[in-house]
Amino acid sequence: MELKHIRFVINGEPCELRVPPWRTLLEMIREDLKLTGAKEACGQGECGACTVIMGGKSVNSCLVPAVEADGQEILTIEGLARGDELHPLQEAFVEHAGMQCGFCTPGMIMSAKFLLDTNGRPDTAQIKDGIAGNFCRCTGYTKIVESISAAAEALKGGR
Amino acid sequence: MEDYSVIGKRIPRIDGRAKVTGEAKYAADYEMPGMLWCKIVRSPHAHARILNIDTTRAERVVGVKGVLTGKDFGGWKWGWMPKTRDEEPLATRRVRYLGEAVAAVAAVDEDTAEEAAQLIRVEYEELPGVFDPEEAMKEGAPRLYDHVENNISWDFHMDFGDVEKGFREADLVSEERFETGRVITGYLEPPAAVALYTSSGITLWAAKQSPYFVYRHMADCFKLPLNRIRIIQPFIGGGFGGTKNDSLAGDFCAVLFSKMTGKPVKFAYTMEEVLMTCRRRHNMVVTNKMGMKKDGTLTAMQSKVIADGGAHTAIGPLTMYLTGCMSTLPYKLPNFKHDAYRIFTNNPIGAAMRGHGVTHTRFAAELQMEMMAEELGLDPVGVRLKNAVTAPHETINQVTVKSCGLVEGIHTIAEDPKWKDRDKNRETGGPVVHGVGMSATSYLGGARQRGHQSCAAVVRLCEDGTVNYLTGATDCGQGSDTVLVQIIAEELGLRVEDVDIKRVDTAMTPCDAGSYGSRVTVLAGKAAQNAAREVRDQLAAFAAEKWEVRPEDILFRDNVVSVKGSSDLAMPFDKLAKIACYSGSGAVIIGKGYSDYGIEILDFDKGIGNAGTSYSFTSQLTGVDVDLETGFIRCTDMVIAHDCGRPLNPINVEAQNQGAAVQGLGQALYEEFKMADGRTLNPTLVDYKMPLAPDAPDITVIDILTDDPDGPFGAKEASEGAIVSVPPSVFTAVHHATGIWFKEQPLTPEKVVMALRKRKKA
Repeated sequence: MELKHIRFVINGEPCELRVPPWRTLLEMIREDLKLTGAKEACGQGECGACTVIMGGKSVNSCLVPAVEADGQEILTIEGLARGDELHPLQEAFVEHAGMQCGFCTPGMIMSAKFLLDTNGRPDTAQIKDGIAGNFCRCTGYTKIVESISAAAEALKGGR
Repeated sequence: MEDYSVIGKRIPRIDGRAKVTGEAKYAADYEMPGMLWCKIVRSPHAHARILNIDTTRAERVVGVKGVLTGKDFGGWKWGWMPKTRDEEPLATRRVRYLGEAVAAVAAVDEDTAEEAAQLIRVEYEELPGVFDPEEAMKEGAPRLYDHVENNISWDFHMDFGDVEKGFREADLVSEERFETGRVITGYLEPPAAVALYTSSGITLWAAKQSPYFVYRHMADCFKLPLNRIRIIQPFIGGGFGGTKNDSLAGDFCAVLFSKMTGKPVKFAYTMEEVLMTCRRRHNMVVTNKMGMKKDGTLTAMQSKVIADGGAHTAIGPLTMYLTGCMSTLPYKLPNFKHDAYRIFTNNPIGAAMRGHGVTHTRFAAELQMEMMAEELGLDPVGVRLKNAVTAPHETINQVTVKSCGLVEGIHTIAEDPKWKDRDKNRETGGPVVHGVGMSATSYLGGARQRGHQSCAAVVRLCEDGTVNYLTGATDCGQGSDTVLVQIIAEELGLRVEDVDIKRVDTAMTPCDAGSYGSRVTVLAGKAAQNAAREVRDQLAAFAAEKWEVRPEDILFRDNVVSVKGSSDLAMPFDKLAKIACYSGSGAVIIGKGYSDYGIEILDFDKGIGNAGTSYSFTSQLTGVDVDLETGFIRCTDMVIAHDCGRPLNPINVEAQNQGAAVQGLGQALYEEFKMADGRTLNPTLVDYKMPLAPDAPDITVIDILTDDPDGPFGAKEASEGAIVSVPPSVFTAVHHATGIWFKEQPLTPEKVVMALRKRKKA
């Protein structure tokens, strides 16, 4: 078994690991790095619970081989807040009841982050499309859309 | 209404921060040093005798620490009632559904456990299976249990008034067949747990919404006293009834492996295991006969319900009870007869799901009422108002309604411009037709079950004026922890952040039946209120003595304790707490409270009495766009006028209604297990179609305030009503668009196209 030596930056911290070729990015994040915010639900890239941002794009980490993290910058839900200061998306999800059980929330917020990174003023339809790869069984999506919309508004202030 | 400082406010969830930062830990996020992984081996056959299980190859795999088969559990079985204990942790002699657990492996890591599980050789003798409940009831059908004739798992017969007389009095009598679909709860978090068996007993960190059920199962299975069973609740990634109310093969196997090895043992089901083997909603065929007078008055209803129960009984008897006992709401019904049959088949097990039991028969009755109204030339609003119950009301089966916002709800919907202009907005100029429908339904809150249903609270005052609150009621995502903390804070005049609540731990928290039947806010809320009042009374007595005033004149508000009518007798709450706690040799100020709702006798055999403590009423409007060329239905909007008595946290009540509505929309339009001889053909989230964000309509929630006399601060349920009201309102909307009455869920494009084609030919 050949382990591949990879280097990457995760949540702003440089990291080096030796990983087997079949290990997924999600397994590496959850099991090797003990960052359990990203969740495994379907394991097939359909539900979005494992969404993280790698190389500036949102990815289903259950489908991405860990070796592809080599040379990349990764952001998970744990890296979103600055110390005690929540990211506007996190604040908005709390304020606007954007989560219930919370299991889809880390992935949902990362998809929303990618959406707002690429489109700072999304309308409702664009928000819905932006999170169309993330299942939520609790909220009926209404309050998630409202949360993302409120965060977009807050981010206009330059945060 | 009193002026509250915490109740009725849009307070953010107390667990919100933990959930948006990734801090919140769910069962699968736990790991421990030396932890083993458990994998389950499942039957590839829907019905077969187990002839032999050869585990030797699996045992030889390096890293395997244990292998279990059914005989290791010594014949122990579990079930909801003593006479329905028909489920084994691992099947010993016979498998009755495809995917039933037959063996388990524990190994040093997940991959090794998986590899070894595949090396277990089970020799089966296949038996003829039966997969359609109506076939399974026939003489000569294969039996699942040798002693169960006609595969009747459970049957209920309720008979009130005289239906034959009622049908004679009617101007129109109609009989129709309706069918609800094969759907699943759809929580995103697959069941998982970490088990640890030590000399002090069992500790299980498990994703459960009724941890005390599991607590009893473990004590019974492992022959330990209850004080040695500790079920600790991590955060729960959604429940919605059924699987997470119950124990699983994985729970029992993980505990037994831990007992055998001394190591912590973890399992996490895959989504495929969830969709193939976990408990589902029963699908039901409802044959309904209804009598109506020319003016719309209902004279009688007779229902025959046949439910696919799958391979075991589980909580099925309660499901069947609920299909009938709630049929007498929300419309006045003088004569009612109900025959319900739960049938064993070689399909996965039918059990509870949000809207439990009620959704099936209400779907049938609601559609049929409007179909008959149409035939009699009556309008949908008028026929509902004609029959709507008003409080106080006692149904013919002695269900008592003390508060009811149904009529106000129906008026709210009828006055909505979307309803008023529905005929004007129908044509859109293309192949798409816009339809608007309505429904009016009821659901119980504060559910009661047979057996032990205690609901208690302990409130402990800390010397700095903060409070610890213990409840056995589980927040599996619905937000009950926040609401319960609001209740404590309101009673003590504190802020939400002054009250701490921990996750349920059966070694610490008071026994509770868990989250189902919309019982937590109503029952645990009352218990919390009573416990907080005990603390308040102790503090008031102390302050009264100090100030030489009457205890009933002491006020608690905004973190200040004061005396009614006095401007100078006041002190901060934390100061009083400190003085009181330090009085004498040191006082311990603890309050306890319990809910004593619903302890009157319920006649479970005849269907008489209250299955709930109070009843919510939901009136709903749904708009749909139906493409007459493709049959595709897009739900555009919903207006939900919901009577939850009083919303204790309005943003959470909205969120619960919106969530239930979209879950109901999935059931109405998209979701359906495709089955072939007991095999689930679509056990993935790619092929089992739950709604995604683009499928969600605009949803407006309107609170109808009725202040229930029994609810804490007037509250009733707010999480299940809207899943019952959605399917009939979607179907009446599609009828408005197409002129066709569809009677079978889910309403897929294929069904629409076929029906339109049939109409064109005719």
